[in-house]
Amino acid sequence: MSQAPGFEYAAAAQDGGALISKRPKGAGKGRRTPLSQRAARIVVLVLVLGYLILPLFAMLEFSTRGDFDRTTKTFGRTLDSFAAIFSNDDLMTSIITSLEIAVLTVFGMLVLLVPTMVWTVVRVPRMRRVVEFLCLLPLAIPAIVIVVGIAPIYRWMGQNLGGFGASALTLAFIDVILVLPYSYRAIDSSLRSIDTATLSDAARSLGAGWPRTIFSVIVPNIRGGILSASVLAIALVLGEYTISSLLSFNTVQVVIYLLGKRNPYVSVAVSLAALVFAFVLLFVISRFAPGADSRAQRAEEEPA
Amino acid sequence: MSVASPSPAATGHGVAVAFEDMHRWYGSVHALRGLSLEIAPGELIALLGPSGCGKTTALRALGGLDEVDQGRILVGGKDMTRVPANKRNMGIVFQAYSLFPNMTARDNVAYGLRLRGVDGAKRKKKAEETLELVGLGAQASRYPHQMSGGQQQRVALARALAIEPSVLLLDEPLSALDAKVRRQLREEIRRIQIMVGITTLFVTHDQEEALAMGDRVGVMSAGRLEQIAAPAELYDRPATKFVAEFVGLTNRIPGRTDGSDVEVLGTRVPLLPGATDRGAVQVLVRPENVRLAAADGGTGRVLAVSFLGSLCRAQVALPDETIVVAQMSATESAGLYPGATVNVSVVPAPVFAVAE
Ligand SMILES: Nc1ncnc2c1ncn2[C@@H]1O[C@H](COP(=O)(O)OP(=O)(O)O)[C@@H](O)[C@H]1O
Ligand SMILES: [Mg+2]
Repeated sequence: MSQAPGFEYAAAAQDGGALISKRPKGAGKGRRTPLSQRAARIVVLVLVLGYLILPLFAMLEFSTRGDFDRTTKTFGRTLDSFAAIFSNDDLMTSIITSLEIAVLTVFGMLVLLVPTMVWTVVRVPRMRRVVEFLCLLPLAIPAIVIVVGIAPIYRWMGQNLGGFGASALTLAFIDVILVLPYSYRAIDSSLRSIDTATLSDAARSLGAGWPRTIFSVIVPNIRGGILSASVLAIALVLGEYTISSLLSFNTVQVVIYLLGKRNPYVSVAVSLAALVFAFVLLFVISRFAPGADSRAQRAEEEPA
Repeated sequence: MSVASPSPAATGHGVAVAFEDMHRWYGSVHALRGLSLEIAPGELIALLGPSGCGKTTALRALGGLDEVDQGRILVGGKDMTRVPANKRNMGIVFQAYSLFPNMTARDNVAYGLRLRGVDGAKRKKKAEETLELVGLGAQASRYPHQMSGGQQQRVALARALAIEPSVLLLDEPLSALDAKVRRQLREEIRRIQIMVGITTLFVTHDQEEALAMGDRVGVMSAGRLEQIAAPAELYDRPATKFVAEFVGLTNRIPGRTDGSDVEVLGTRVPLLPGATDRGAVQVLVRPENVRLAAADGGTGRVLAVSFLGSLCRAQVALPDETIVVAQMSATESAGLYPGATVNVSVVPAPVFAVAE
């Protein structure tokens, strides 16, 4: 019984049969992963999740501490530190500033990257490597080097460009550069999942100019990549400390640090809130664009 | 599919297209080397050639997707060489994956109409009519990933035709499909092309496809046109060695020529112009022009016989170990089996001969 069916399949159908006969016999049962392997997987999963979640849990524990109860030797629980976030003007201002920088950064990054990358893929594919190299460069340059190099420009802007020149929003210029490596990767993988060159050719032959081709044909099909590029950019801007601090701009991380010296509870509460905010953002965006790029999947080959 | 559906552009008069001495370099690669070609209004030219010979380059130049470094492109007598792709009004069907994944079949087809400012209701009607024409009226609301490869290519064809282009360009539109769909779709493309009457350039590396579809077939090699002729003429009277060898199955049988005729396997056969002129040559003989007669003591020995439905093909070894393929109708193949001895002769149809 065990030999015959597989053998017959292989003999009966020349192409389809080859596939079927390759399958292990008794496929239904044999495909199940052995118990020991599954247990190992669960252990690994728990360890990794523990490693990631433990610090968060510690932050939660710390930031919700209330008064120490001497009899039970435990802390009471309170959300005062979280409430304090909203009553701290410095903090609120810095959060808003950072969000504004994030929006500007996302905007600048998209305007810079999307047309450049589409153009490169379609018109000058041999420059793809060069563009990639340029975009990945910020990874290799330490923040301190960027600051040293760029500080004189910021000094000049602060003295000569009035209110805007001195505002923290100018950090967006640097942040656009800092987020390039991550955003490039996200958009690049999306562009690779569709046949960008052919789609542009098709759009242009139908009468679309370049701006139209990019906005009505390419962008809708790389929405997933654009969204993840944006999320990465936002997360990076909200987490950026070194450069803002060295250039003396009060972004949220700088204020959290300063606050940490005075009130560690609130400082940790803000950090935790920022992390949760990033998670929620990621979650919402992945819901909001279910399989944005999956439609680009090529059709399986089958007769018409 | 209903043939009676209204045609989108049943104007019946296409425009003339001409390539004049086109050159294109990609760095050091000379992809087009003085390509010249004229397409009559409403004609379907099949450009045939091996991979890398410049077919796509020529087609993209006509579509405005790529430039030429030298030469001119005339469409309806007007110089289009420097006109950008989006102003040329040409319908292009690509090899595969050219449908906009975020749009339904209907929206894909309507895309070009939207760019031309056709209003919503008219656009929808026209898109659906054109889908009807390619036999996909019922699939208008599907997304590309919900359709088979063959259906996607039909939509691509509808999208190209919907804008009522001056010229239709097809770059190996069938090469990603399986054999059966490919044959079916090529006949349909041809039917629609004749019905619409549009001037068409069809690029392919598949000679069967080219011969089946083209009013004329242009054979390209290394960036140049070797010969352009009606399919039958191309097959029967190749003008160059390349065409003789590239189009159709060909035997190479030793023979001797005196300049006008060639003696091959004991038969005098007229030589085509352009063939080598004197002495020992290799004669290029089509399998259907080889005759086999079963005979005891014959000079040929049958090696293998294969049936191809109504046709039959036999491989025969000559005394000098040259292997010759003969093709005949299945009924003529009686008495042929591996090991049988046969007499081999050649039908006196004009042949091409090349130096040994
Ligand atoms: N964009 C390009 N960059 C560099 N070389 C190219 C490019 N397009 C085509 N070529 C070269 O030009 C020659 C002709 O290519 P192509 O027209 O695509 O051939 P075909 O379509 O007949 O297979 C080939 O040698 C190919 O490598
Ligand atoms: Mg090609």
